[in-house]
Amino acid sequence: MAIDREAALALELPPLEAEVERGALRFFARATGEERPEYVDVAAARAAGFRDLPVPPTYYFSLELQAADPFAFLTDLEVDLRRVLHGEQWFEYAGQACAGDRLTLHSRVVDVVTKRAGMELLTKHTSVTDPSGALVSRLGSVLVIRGES
Amino acid sequence: MTAEATYDTVGTELPALVCEPISRTTLALFAGASGDHNPIHVDLDVARSAGLEDVFAHGMLSLAYLSRLVTRWAPQDRLRSLSARFVAITPVHARPTCTGRITAVENGVATVALAVTLDDGTVTLTGTATIGLA
Repeated sequence: MAIDREAALALELPPLEAEVERGALRFFARATGEERPEYVDVAAARAAGFRDLPVPPTYYFSLELQAADPFAFLTDLEVDLRRVLHGEQWFEYAGQACAGDRLTLHSRVVDVVTKRAGMELLTKHTSVTDPSGALVSRLGSVLVIRGES
Repeated sequence: MTAEATYDTVGTELPALVCEPISRTTLALFAGASGDHNPIHVDLDVARSAGLEDVFAHGMLSLAYLSRLVTRWAPQDRLRSLSARFVAITPVHARPTCTGRITAVENGVATVALAVTLDDGTVTLTGTATIGLA
């Protein structure tokens, strides 16, 4: 079923307050084969110039997934999650978040386009800000929703 | 390696990062650690119900590997942007190799073309990083 583009663009995705946790960063490091001490050991992180364990470059995407039901907006658009593929992902960095930081994420669906054979591309943008309101990172996802075969 | 790194020469290749083959345990750990609990990556029953033969790896796992390639070559605080297109599925047991090559240096920023390739030659991810020069 085709996504209702107007409904998607009008979606009000609630802001997400995300806390960066040391344990979660260590788990992410282990799961991604990251063994460098500055990503798992606080003293090593500080020696490397970070305030605490640094958020690795792609972990901002995982912060988005701390929402109670991060795929709820897709369900609201009547998308079958089994048909969703991750097509593209980008990050821009304005600052460096570390463990202990409380960040706010604002997300919005910015585009839905229909490709061949009913395939649809949904683009979502997210900004990550610190408590002072300063931008830490911007990220964007393109989700590919495969058509009924 | 860091002492020898050159950030400003077009054509410079980053030292390749050869990852471990992706096991089902890897996928279970990454699902938990990344917060991506989409069952298509860990639950064979769900994968089959979607018409697939097996589960497949999260694209973001490969992008996490690729970010390791970049940040072990240039410190993370120099990374300005990282982007990727997921162009092919990564099957279970596949072994990803991450590579990168400087393609441009302009206005104090190096652009690095990135790729993740499996042992059979399949390119699963293409990407770009931009890195500020010190």
